[in-house]
Amino acid sequence: MNAPALELAGVRKSFGKTAIIRGVDLQIAPGERHAIIGPNGAGKSTLFNLVSGRFGLSAGRIRLNGEDVSNLKPFEINRKGLSRSFQITNIFHNLTVFENVRCAVLWALGYKYSFWHRLSRLNDARERADGIIEMIGLSARREVRAGLLTYAEQRALEIGITIAGGADVILLDEPTAGMSRSESDRAVELIRKVTAGKTLVMVEHDMSVVFGLADRISVLVYGEIIATDTPQNIRANRAVQEAYLGTSVSHDDDESGNAGNAGGGDA
Amino acid sequence: MMAAAQSKSRGRWLLWGGYGLLLGVLPLLFHQGFALTLMCQIGTVMIFSLSFNMLLGQAGMLSFGHAVYAGLGAYIAVHTLNFIGKGTIVFPVTLLPLVGGLAGAFFGVLFGYVTTKKSGTPFAMITLGIGELVAAMALMFPDFFGGEGGISTNRVAGSPLLGFITYGPQIQVYYLVAAWLFVCTAALYAYTQTPLGRIANAVRDNPERVEFIGYETRRVRYLVLIISGFFAGVSGGLSAINFEIVSAENVSAIRSGTVLLFTYIGGIGFFFGPMIGSILLGLFVVVLSTITNAWLLYLGLFFVLVVMYCPGGIAGLIMLQVPLVRARRLRAMLPAYALAALAGVVLLAGLILAVEMLYYHALEAANAGPVMHLIGIELNVLSVPPWIAVAVLAVAGFALLAAARRLVAARWERVTNGLAGGALR
Repeated sequence: MNAPALELAGVRKSFGKTAIIRGVDLQIAPGERHAIIGPNGAGKSTLFNLVSGRFGLSAGRIRLNGEDVSNLKPFEINRKGLSRSFQITNIFHNLTVFENVRCAVLWALGYKYSFWHRLSRLNDARERADGIIEMIGLSARREVRAGLLTYAEQRALEIGITIAGGADVILLDEPTAGMSRSESDRAVELIRKVTAGKTLVMVEHDMSVVFGLADRISVLVYGEIIATDTPQNIRANRAVQEAYLGTSVSHDDDESGNAGNAGGGDA
Repeated sequence: MMAAAQSKSRGRWLLWGGYGLLLGVLPLLFHQGFALTLMCQIGTVMIFSLSFNMLLGQAGMLSFGHAVYAGLGAYIAVHTLNFIGKGTIVFPVTLLPLVGGLAGAFFGVLFGYVTTKKSGTPFAMITLGIGELVAAMALMFPDFFGGEGGISTNRVAGSPLLGFITYGPQIQVYYLVAAWLFVCTAALYAYTQTPLGRIANAVRDNPERVEFIGYETRRVRYLVLIISGFFAGVSGGLSAINFEIVSAENVSAIRSGTVLLFTYIGGIGFFFGPMIGSILLGLFVVVLSTITNAWLLYLGLFFVLVVMYCPGGIAGLIMLQVPLVRARRLRAMLPAYALAALAGVVLLAGLILAVEMLYYHALEAANAGPVMHLIGIELNVLSVPPWIAVAVLAVAGFALLAAARRLVAARWERVTNGLAGGALR
């Protein structure tokens, strides 16, 4: 069998004496759509920050497609084929939508730090960026400054930047946070479309999004994964219900169809 | 689409052609020695401020020590020029700015390695430190830096270009500066249209995200600083030729501060902003410093006003009008602008009157008596009437300003609302 797309072994992270991630083991197969859920403060975002290189590890190893990427810098991990989005929109506000996406394809196309290519002559970069923009549904907003987009458009751009480099492992941090029901439905469709054939790991609060998208779900509670399983089994898992889901799942089921805004702040 | 691209490309040729033509004919319009010297000076400052804006406006790097690269470039150039003069080496003076540029880039490699490890405020602090370090060294090593007096030179050195261009006459220096200015402007503009130039914008906007799309922000900052150091060095080389002297002032914090002022007032958000700033303030400084002692005060006040009320600089103000001009609606704004200009003139008159009288009172009244001459008017600074005039001008100016602000805001709202509907096409 192939190496897992992403493998965490004994991953720990402490800030001072406070242990935030307390030994996480996780294997995610290529092509899998994996969701990480858990109560606020469980360490979901911290886990993403460890995997993407934003924070260094206190202990343990992380392997990307079988290759050790522990404690590499974010740009090094990105070049090895992992890309992430951010919970708080993290785009280039003064650049247009097109420029945002084009910046994100430049490294992958090998232009690196070139100051001898003319951007307007780089047809491959333009075509790829326009393809991404069409995919995220912002073609009509191509020349608009990113800072002037609506919130939902900025979230779509956030995903566009994330996938533009062609990484095969995509980490999405609460992609539907703060969205209305209809917006989040559209976001789910978008995520499904742009991550086809790729490995997706997402942190998400909105249970309808999680159960709609994920092949498998991991439940993170106080820095430990207490269960990793299929959505059906997670729903039925008594320990999970007690630790976290219980009310939340039935709550969401009751209100499905309403504008359930489940996205909150995460520590 | 094709037609649009064609007209865009034609516009570009027109713009650059016009720019080159303007540089070519300027000395025919202003041929006095004083004007030529001034234009040479402004030309070198334009390259300098454009190189500075590569950092500040385009990459978000606030440097307090950019004169280091121009100054050291100028020193290397002036020593090279002296070697050429002695016949030790053979090198065309025409290409001397290239020597300055390479020196600037070299010191960019050296100092940038340290400064660009950090961004934001720490970067600014370190550049300030490096600037002080180099300025201190300029006084510690008189053999290289020439101590207080600096290093002087003679730009007529080596064999003349094409048999007659010796760079003795100022007009020849002008065309040297103009040629280098044109080439540097084109190169600096071209840089903004490259992958590195665009990623530098991304680093300015959001350095963190850049790291997650595969780029090392430190490397971006380092490369940008080296390239910027190159162009700063070119301007240093030109100033060495133009002034035939390079002194510690060339690497001083004052120079670094001046280029910051010029660039910011011109407008850091647009490529041509620093050029406007250099032209206006170059004239401003040279003209004003000959007619008033208070010119630094005026410059400082101008800077503060721009930072507070017009952070886009002069270029920002101009570009705000572009949509109006396109929609042929600028005329609707003109009465409001005229009122604002009137308020500005009245306030300025009051300010100048007060400042000049205070300066006169503080610096010269003790020797020359209380009567001063201001544009041909006799004023007794110890009498009451001139001060009443100041008060009247101030009150009238502020009243006009308040009215102008209301009028501009109201008109602007109406005109731009009209545009928003029309702009959807």
